[in-house]
Amino acid sequence: MKTRDADRLALILLLTPFVMWIGLLIVLPHAGVVLLSLREKVAPRMFEYGLGNYIAFLKEPIYLNTLMRTAVMSLLVTALALLVAFPVAFYIAKVARARSRAALLLLCLVPLWVSDLVRAFGWIVLLRETGIVSSALQALGLAAGPVELLYNDATVVVGLVYTVVLFMIVPLVSTLDGMDDSLIEAGFNLGGSRLTVLRRIVVPYAMPGIVSGSIIVFMLTAGSYLTPVLLGGKTSMWFTEQIYDQFITRFNWESGAAFGVSLLVFTSLVVWIGLRLTGQQLATTVARR
Amino acid sequence: MPSDLACQDVSKRFGRFLAVDGVSFSVPGGSFFSILGPSGCGKTTLMRMIAGFEDPSGGDIRIDGRSVVDTPPNRRNVKMVFQHLALFPMMNVGENIAYGLRCRGMGREEIRRRVAAVLDRIGLPGVAEKQVHQLSGGQKQRIAIARCMVLEPDVLLLDEPLGALDLKLRERMKIELKLLQHQFNTTFLYITHDQSEALVMSDRVAVMNHGRFEQIGTPQDLYHAPATAFVAGFVGDTNRWDAAVVRTEGDRIAFATTSGDAMLGRWAEPSRHPAVGDRIAVFVRPEAIEVRRGAAGTVDGGEVNRLSGTVESILFNGAASRLLVRTAAGHIVEADLPQSGAAAGIAQGETVEVAWPAERARCFLAGAAAP
Ligand SMILES: Nc1ncnc2c1ncn2[C@@H]1O[C@H](COP(=O)(O)OP(=O)(O)OP(=O)(O)O)[C@@H](O)[C@H]1O
Ligand SMILES: [Mg+2]
Repeated sequence: MKTRDADRLALILLLTPFVMWIGLLIVLPHAGVVLLSLREKVAPRMFEYGLGNYIAFLKEPIYLNTLMRTAVMSLLVTALALLVAFPVAFYIAKVARARSRAALLLLCLVPLWVSDLVRAFGWIVLLRETGIVSSALQALGLAAGPVELLYNDATVVVGLVYTVVLFMIVPLVSTLDGMDDSLIEAGFNLGGSRLTVLRRIVVPYAMPGIVSGSIIVFMLTAGSYLTPVLLGGKTSMWFTEQIYDQFITRFNWESGAAFGVSLLVFTSLVVWIGLRLTGQQLATTVARR
Repeated sequence: MPSDLACQDVSKRFGRFLAVDGVSFSVPGGSFFSILGPSGCGKTTLMRMIAGFEDPSGGDIRIDGRSVVDTPPNRRNVKMVFQHLALFPMMNVGENIAYGLRCRGMGREEIRRRVAAVLDRIGLPGVAEKQVHQLSGGQKQRIAIARCMVLEPDVLLLDEPLGALDLKLRERMKIELKLLQHQFNTTFLYITHDQSEALVMSDRVAVMNHGRFEQIGTPQDLYHAPATAFVAGFVGDTNRWDAAVVRTEGDRIAFATTSGDAMLGRWAEPSRHPAVGDRIAVFVRPEAIEVRRGAAGTVDGGEVNRLSGTVESILFNGAASRLLVRTAAGHIVEADLPQSGAAAGIAQGETVEVAWPAERARCFLAGAAAP
């Protein structure tokens, strides 16, 4: 039948870009990386398949520590981003008038118009020893000499929160936007205090947004490279630096690939544990409205 | 009678727009009080001021004798059933009902007992573990009421709670709400734009228009003795004609409709007096109009208006069936369809005579037009 064929053709045409995108950009490279990570060099130009790269990784405490540190710092960044984003999202979705809402959301987007690199350099200009903040502190007499604000964990965390907070705000705004104001009013009407209404009504309602925002932010943070390296310098000990090191400096692609896969597995594990601990399910929280 | 809720000269201004304009009323304890008005007349705004979600621009609100204008919403003992119910979707039915009790810091065992008791009273025992979305529309309605009643409020506010239900269920819930109110013996303040809801359920009704109360009274008062043209047109079905005064004689008015029929009516607005030539609005209820077969006999000039006309159409609706008669002068008279006696079985196109006593034709000064 003609129409049937036409339908099928349309379906194929529609699906092709999607399948290509998933296949070429996500499945293939990852399959390649996994394969690569399983290759061991036994002699120049001689390879064998095995878990040697992973065993080497697990045996070296510095690698494991870096991975742990990255995960813990990323969790911290996620928590801070949530703390910062929640009031902002609540304001945009519930307090601001409909007309200013779009403008406010756009305002949150502005930092993303500047590239990662330029943004990080912006922080450096502000925070370095001879930077604006340091000079201002000296001029005001609050500091005796030049103050170095770069290259410590706090700066890295602040820089990362700044970079990722938008990805927390957007899902929160969209879930809170779908919340009927009368739910909040009912919460007060039935005798709830502000804290009760927040804790028992607003936050549970926003849970899908909180979960998806947190997952995005955690994954972005754990996988970020520029901000920790530029703001944290040698002290940052970010796991992506180790991967970069293996690939570029040591030219050990096999080991780098193993590191990459480990990062992916480990962060996924953290997300899974997080979901279990908060009693959420990925399918229900992200899909529910 | 002690009054649970009293408003005195309450107003609310949004910028330059006066949404509620000097409203005063008091609701006797344990009664069912409705506010009836068209969309946008300020009903919700008034209720939100009573619940504390809006600050009145002027006037005083007293609950149980104490002024609550400075009391925050969560400290007022008035509970509200929202238009879309606002049941908490992330809690099950039992948790929804327990929410208010938990806010009061009540013990777990006591809460469980009270939730079970209130579910029993609304006739839904054993649904505590269900999720909200598993309930039917009518059940949700009752849960929303139970969630408020378990807190034993002084006044229960209901903002068009039947608006979202389908017609059949709405009819049933009307009766059920009235029964629930009897059972809990709590003051209900009910908002609606549906006059039949207000008439069926209420002990007293306030008719609201453009932010003001036009009349407060029992449903019978409003129906049989409307005080303003707006109330006469808004409450119950009615014929409405525009006319001009020809002669006045005490509260008897002779007038001519715009299409030229001469009729008699009764002046129904004691606060104002008509002069010859004034434009007036005349209201006659369909059930006051008698329909007879055949052409009009001689008009006896007494206290009865008679017109002859032809049946334009028959609107059959069981006991509430109507007949539309076009008079010789060309306007439409809506009358109850006679379903027994000599006039039963009237057909479209027949010539009939319509008659009604002058007493039942209420005249008001035109101006405040009914919708
Ligand atoms: N926050 C507000 N700001 C400005 N105007 C408002 C606000 N709330 C209500 N109004 C206006 O006040 C008037 C009355 O509104 P209200 O919601 O009380 O009407 P209502 O009688 O409840 O109508 P409905 O039957 O449609 O619910 C409306 O004209 C509305 O536009
Ligand atoms: Mg309303």
